[in-house]
Amino acid sequence: MTGPTAEPGPSAGGVSGAGAVRQTGRLFQLAATTVTMAFRRPFQFREFVSQFWFIASVTILPTALVSIPFGAVIALQVGSLARQLGAESFTGGASVLTIVQQASPMIVALLVSGAAGSAICADLGARTIREEMDAMEVMGISPIQRLVVPRVLACMLAAVALNGLVSCVGVGGGYFFNVVMQGGTPGAYLSSFSALAQLPDLYVGELKAVIFGFIAGVVAAYRGLNPPPGPKGVGDAVNQSVVITFLLLFFTNLVMTAIYLQIVPMKGA
Amino acid sequence: MGIDIHVAGLTKSFGPQVIWQDVSLTLPAGEISVMLGPSGTGKTVFLKSLLGLIKPEQGRVLVEGTDMVAGSDRKVFRARRKFGLMFQDGALFGSMNLFDNIAFPLRQHTRATEAEIRRKVLERMAMVGLDGEEAKLPGQISGGMRKRAGLARALVLDPQIILCDEPDSGLDPVRTALLSQVLLDVNTVTDCTMLIVTHNIEIAATLPDNIGMLYRRDLVAFGPRELLLTSDQPAVAQFLHGSTLGPIGMAEEKDDAELARTPGTRTFDIPDQLRPSPGLPDRQGAHRHHARVMAELHRLPASARNAITAKLTDPPSQTS
Repeated sequence: MTGPTAEPGPSAGGVSGAGAVRQTGRLFQLAATTVTMAFRRPFQFREFVSQFWFIASVTILPTALVSIPFGAVIALQVGSLARQLGAESFTGGASVLTIVQQASPMIVALLVSGAAGSAICADLGARTIREEMDAMEVMGISPIQRLVVPRVLACMLAAVALNGLVSCVGVGGGYFFNVVMQGGTPGAYLSSFSALAQLPDLYVGELKAVIFGFIAGVVAAYRGLNPPPGPKGVGDAVNQSVVITFLLLFFTNLVMTAIYLQIVPMKGA
Repeated sequence: MGIDIHVAGLTKSFGPQVIWQDVSLTLPAGEISVMLGPSGTGKTVFLKSLLGLIKPEQGRVLVEGTDMVAGSDRKVFRARRKFGLMFQDGALFGSMNLFDNIAFPLRQHTRATEAEIRRKVLERMAMVGLDGEEAKLPGQISGGMRKRAGLARALVLDPQIILCDEPDSGLDPVRTALLSQVLLDVNTVTDCTMLIVTHNIEIAATLPDNIGMLYRRDLVAFGPRELLLTSDQPAVAQFLHGSTLGPIGMAEEKDDAELARTPGTRTFDIPDQLRPSPGLPDRQGAHRHHARVMAELHRLPASARNAITAKLTDPPSQTS
């Protein structure tokens, strides 16, 4: 597991250039510390399970509800475009590839950062201004190992699991809309799917989900551990964490997609 | 036995604002020290700097050879286990009840069985007067109770150094006096080094062996309690009397012109120092303090010397 591949750019906080660079550096430092601390004992298993359960409980339903219309929109759009080009039989393959490779990790990332990341950021931020972090450090316990590592790992695991859910629901939704609404044939849908899609498409989707989960967790923890002063600062920190995560995710997605298309040969190419 | 803390040339600023500069002192092992100062003079920042939670730009804080300012994280973390810190508003973990809060350091750092933990936690809770409140959450109790729970948590590992951040704020006078007694008894039993940050004169006059005062970005004085309590420095005297007359103003410290106009100082009657509760042994810190002060008596100003020798008919043997 490596740190995020993208540069956060000037959005990472601070108006002056120096401030932005410093914030970026500290964000990467937290990411690196989190990775090394993840291998240090004792692992906070209970915290990890409870956080995972919390993240799953706040994201499963919205994710499923978002992914049905999303799959449908892609199926309808690709379907109508393909019909104009006379390539109706490839609708299945095209929409499935789009969902598995692009839409699914993005939906997961948006929900993990929007629902889980904001909650993590608010929780850690409230604890920071109540001096709980200082209290832990005084006791010689690293808040990163104790609180951040389980949360980031929970985000990653939740993202992978949700990605599976979104892929299934999205593909199912796309199938339903293509076959039932647009009068496509089930056979053509499935055969173009198996003609164009390959297993690495699924792998890269899951890999994206893991990395997006990591970024969402680390950014939320970073803003939560360094909120602007005062109770209002926590609110601002939550807001910023979601925005920063979105920016990072879209950029990371672009980079990963470009690399994937370069290094993995297309099926049948 | 407690350990001493050497502070040398400590300077901290936030941006262009200097909080205090060139603070040097030694907190003697096993003795009780108080740091006084008007609100906003960086007393809490000083406390956190001793622990390495805030990193001053210059200077050193040495705790058994570990520099808490510039030392590596690993060393600082290890050195912190010798400390117990009572935060200003408790800093309890909001998601845990009082029992789990106080048991937290034991569960993290010792292999004590659940029965041992239970015994020790209940003992500490009784010590600070929180019997029967184990199941309450920090959000359900008053500020004073949170503070006492914070103290119980700081005490639970029997630290060699105990730092208290304004133990009196939010407590009534009786509880404040009782808390002073608790702190003194803890020092008697565990012989720990103690630093209490406060602006409560009652605590400063009766509890500590040594007093220091932060004012106008400087450490005005640090030494035996008699040194500060007999001081004729205007700011110190004003602070001890809680008077409006003097260099300390409401918002900022007054300027030097006004300082020159301030009236002469009055004397402060030094009350007797608190003694350990009946049944406890002699306080070793008091004996060491006595020996140390007598050795350097000739270096103290006359007023402090007189105050110390006046009490000599009443040596610090604590048979009560």
